Amino acid sequence: MTSPSYTRADFQTDQEVRWCPGCGDYTILASVQMFLAGLGRPREEFVFVSGIGCSSRFPYYMNTYGMHSIHGRAPAIATGIATTRPDLSVWVITGDGDGLSIGGNHLIHVLRRNVNLKIILFNNQIYGLTKGQYSPTSEVGKATKSSPFGSLDYPFNPVSLALGAEATFVARTLDMDRNHTQEMLQKAYEHEGSSFIEVYQNCNVFNDKAFIQLTGKEERVHNRIDLEHGKPVVFDDGSKAVVMRGGQAEIVDSSSVDPKAILVHDETREDPSIAFALSRLSHGPYGPTPLGIFRNVKRPAYDKEVNVQVAAAQEKLGTGDLDKLIRSHGTWTVGAGSHNGGSSNGSGS
Amino acid sequence: MADEIATADPSTTPTEELDKLVIRFAGDSGDGMQLAGSRFTDASALFGNDLATLPSFPAEIRAPAGTLPGVSSFQVQIADFDILTAGDAPDCLVAMNPAALMKNLKDLRQGGTLIVNTDTFDERNLDKAGYESNPLDDGTLEGYRVIKVPMDELTKEAVKETGVSGRNVLRSKNFFALGLMAWLFHRPTEPTIEWVEKKFAKIPEVAEANKAAFQAGYTFGVATEATKTTFEVKPAALREGTYTNINGNTALAWGLITASRKAKLPLFYGTYPITPASDILHELSRQKNFGVRTFQAEDEIAGVGAAVGAAFAGNLAVTGSSGPGIALKSETISLCFMLELPMIVINVQRGGPSTGLPTKPEQSDLLFSLYGRHGESPVPVLAIASPSDAFSMAIEAVRIATKYMTPVILMSDNQIANGSEPWLLPDISEIPDIEVGFVTKPNGPDGTFLPYMRNVDTFARPWAVPGTAGLEHRIGGLEKEAITGNVSYDPANHQLMTDTRAWKVANIANDIPQLEVDGDEGAKVLVLGWGSTYGSIRAAARRVRLEGREVATAHLRYLNPLPNNLGDVLRSFDKVLIPEMNTGQLLKVIRAEFLLDASGLNKVAGEPFKVTEITDKILEMVE
Repeated sequence: MTSPSYTRADFQTDQEVRWCPGCGDYTILASVQMFLAGLGRPREEFVFVSGIGCSSRFPYYMNTYGMHSIHGRAPAIATGIATTRPDLSVWVITGDGDGLSIGGNHLIHVLRRNVNLKIILFNNQIYGLTKGQYSPTSEVGKATKSSPFGSLDYPFNPVSLALGAEATFVARTLDMDRNHTQEMLQKAYEHEGSSFIEVYQNCNVFNDKAFIQLTGKEERVHNRIDLEHGKPVVFDDGSKAVVMRGGQAEIVDSSSVDPKAILVHDETREDPSIAFALSRLSHGPYGPTPLGIFRNVKRPAYDKEVNVQVAAAQEKLGTGDLDKLIRSHGTWTVGAGSHNGGSSNGSGS
Repeated sequence: MADEIATADPSTTPTEELDKLVIRFAGDSGDGMQLAGSRFTDASALFGNDLATLPSFPAEIRAPAGTLPGVSSFQVQIADFDILTAGDAPDCLVAMNPAALMKNLKDLRQGGTLIVNTDTFDERNLDKAGYESNPLDDGTLEGYRVIKVPMDELTKEAVKETGVSGRNVLRSKNFFALGLMAWLFHRPTEPTIEWVEKKFAKIPEVAEANKAAFQAGYTFGVATEATKTTFEVKPAALREGTYTNINGNTALAWGLITASRKAKLPLFYGTYPITPASDILHELSRQKNFGVRTFQAEDEIAGVGAAVGAAFAGNLAVTGSSGPGIALKSETISLCFMLELPMIVINVQRGGPSTGLPTKPEQSDLLFSLYGRHGESPVPVLAIASPSDAFSMAIEAVRIATKYMTPVILMSDNQIANGSEPWLLPDISEIPDIEVGFVTKPNGPDGTFLPYMRNVDTFARPWAVPGTAGLEHRIGGLEKEAITGNVSYDPANHQLMTDTRAWKVANIANDIPQLEVDGDEGAKVLVLGWGSTYGSIRAAARRVRLEGREVATAHLRYLNPLPNNLGDVLRSFDKVLIPEMNTGQLLKVIRAEFLLDASGLNKVAGEPFKVTEITDKILEMVE
C-alpha cells in the first residue's frame, strides 16, 4: 500500500477556528497540520487529546481522531489510548495552566513512565480562557486580574520540570518559528516514548509580547540560544558561548575562552544534569534562552512494555481459558451420587 | 500426595449432629486468623457444606501486638442447608489472646464453645486488652464451654523437629488451632494438608511445621477428649453441579474477564490502590494472558481518565475504587457520560465519610452514585447482592454500558468483596455473547461520519474507534450538536441533548428484569433491599415464616433506572420496610419516586445486619 499523499487542508476540519485574531495558536496549528501532511501517515492513525484552556480547543480543528477532555487530564486519557493501541500516534495538547497546574501530577507521571505520547505544551504564561489570571509560569510580581498587587507565586520552568520528571525527550520551540517548530515535531515524532515540547506561545490579548526577547527583530539575535546536537553552544552571531563551570552552565564571551572549553551539546547524554543546567540558563524568556532539544535518550516505552507483558503471558499460558479460570481455586461437585444428604428445611440463617 | 495424618478415631467422643454452625477465629493481626478461617472454610466447602464468611480485620497493617485495635477475626457459618449469611452469633470462638477474647466474647452464643490459648494470658497481654483480672479464672467465662489450651507450648513442642526456629516457631499456632477445630467439627484434614504442601512447597521446613502443628492440634483433641461431644454438620443438599468458594472481588474480576471475552473487547482496568477494592486489581493483573491490561495510575483521577481513553480506543474500559476514590473520579465520570462512551465504574463501598472505616462495610454511597455528579448526568447504577452475584452483575454492567454507550456504576461493598460463599459454576458457553459493533462505515450524507447519530431503539450513538479510515471525528466535554457532534451552545439543542441523554438511560428500564417478589401470598409487609443486605433480609424472612407470620421480600439489583414494575410492587403491600447500612438512602429515593411512606431500618455500625435485627423489625411491623 502506498502512503497517502496529504496537504495541510486534509488535516483541517470544517469547524470555524475560534481563537482571538493574532493568537499564537494559529501558527502552531498550521505547523502541526503541515508537519502531519508531510509524514504521509494515514490520517485515521492520529489521535489528539487535550484538556481545558485556549490551546485545548486544538483537537476540534484537526481532521483526525480527537478528544477535548477535562482540565489537566489529557495525559491520563492519552495513556489509556496509547497503552491499548500502540498502532496509533497519540498527541497531547496542553497549556501552562492545564499541564502544569491542575494537571501537573499527570504530566510528571506520564513522563516518568515514558508513555509513547507526543506532548505539546503551549506556554503563554497566562490564563487566557478564564480571562487573564496569572499561571504557574507567570513571572513573580506579574500584575493580573487575580494578582492586582503582583503575583507571589514562584514559576515553574517547564523544561526543568520535564527533565526532573525523567522525561526522555525534552524540547523547546517558538510559535512564530514554523520551521523550528516542525523540526522539533519531527524529532518528537521519531522518538519512542514520551516527547515533551514546550512552545512559547504569544497571547496577544492578555500577555502580549511575553516572548519579545526571542521574537523581536532586534532582540532575538542576542537572546536565542539554538541547541544543536554535536555542535558548540554559541549564540549572538557567535560572540557568546556557553561553558560548564562547577556543574553550572554559564554564558561567556566567546573570545574570552578557549574554543575547546565551549560546551558541545549532546542531547543523547544519559545523565540529565547538563541538559538541566542548560535549562537553568534562563527561568523564562527574559534574556538569553535555549531553544531546541535538551534531551533525547532511549528508554523502553511504557505502552510497548505493557503489551510485551501481555504477549509474554499469552505465549507462556495460552490466551486464557475461562472454564479453567473459574475452577482455579479448587472445586467440589454435588451430584446424584455424591454425599449431599442435608435437608433444605431452612431454619433461618 | 497428602501425608497420613493421625486421624485417630474421633468417634470415641460422642458426636452431635448440627444443621448449622457458626465459628469465629479471633487473634492478633499477626496470628494468621484470616488464613485459619479460610482453610476451615475451604475444607468445609470441599466437604459439601453450604457456607458464608465474614472476615474482619483492622485498617492498620500491623497494629501493636496484643492490643484491641490489632484484633483480626474471621467468621464462617457452615450448614447442611442453603444459608444466606455468615451468622449472627458464633457457636464457637477461638481466642488466641486476651484482646481477641475481650473484643469477641460478647458475640459468643450463651453456652457456646470457647477455645482459648492460655499461654498468652500473662499480665502484660491482659493489661493491653484492658482486663483487670484474668478472665480465665475470675468467672468471666461462666456459661460457656471453655477449652483451655496452652497453644504456644504445644506448638513449640510439635514443630521442634521441623527445622523452623526463632519467631517462625509460633507462626504455626494458627494451624494448631485449625487442627483442633478439625477434630472438634469433623472437618476433613486432607484439603488442609494438601494446601500447606502446595503453598509452602518452596520452604519445606515451614510446610513441615504447619503440618506438624495441625496434626498436634488434631491429636490434642483426640487425646484429651477436649470436649464431651464433637459436632458434625452434614453436607448441604445444594443444587447439582460443580462449586467453588468465591469472594466478591474475585468473582467481579472473573466476571469482567468473561464479559471481555463475550464482547470480544480487550479489558483495560485503570485504577489506584484503595481498600477494599485493590484485590480486583491484584486478580486482574495476574490474568494478563486473557489480554487484560491493568494500569496502576498515579491517582484515582488518572485511573478513570486512562479508562476513558481506553474506551475511546475501543476497549472494555473499567475503573474501580471505594467511596473516597469515586469522589475524585466524579468529574471524569461526567465527561464519560457526556462523551457517551462505555465504561464500568466499580465502587466497593466502605464506611465513610472520608477515610471513615476502610475495612468495614457500609452502603452509604447510594445517593452519591445516583446523584453525585455535576450537571444532569443520570448514570445507570447496578448493585451486587452477594459475593458470587458479582460475576453475573459484572457481565450485566458490561452489557448495558456497551449497548447504550454509557458509563455504568457497579456497586459492591466490603462485605461482598471479602465475604465468600459457594458458587455453582456456570457453563461459560451458555453465557450469551455481548454484541458490540464498532461502526466502520460513514453514516452521513456524502461519506461523512455523524458521531451523534443515534440508534433509534437504544438512543446509543455509534462507537467509531481510532484507526478506522473515514470516521475521523472529535468528541469532547463541550455540549454537542445533536447528530453532528459539533460544539453547540444553542439553547434548544442543549435542552434536546440533556433530554436525550436522560431518555437513553431511562429507557434501559425496558431492557432489565422486572423486580421479583419472594414470599407469601397475602403478605402485608414487603422488605425491600439492595446490595449486600440480601442474605440478612432473606434469612430474616425465613425466621419470620418459622414464627408463622407472612412476609415478602424483593431485592433491587438495578438502582437506576429502577425496574418498571417497582411502583406496582410497592403499592401492592400495606407496609414496606427498607433495611440499609446507611441512614436511609434508598428509602429517600423510594419516597421521592413513588410518594410512598416506606419505613427504614438503618445501621451504620461497620458491620452487617444481624438477622435478628431485621427479624425483630419485621415481626413488629406484621403485628
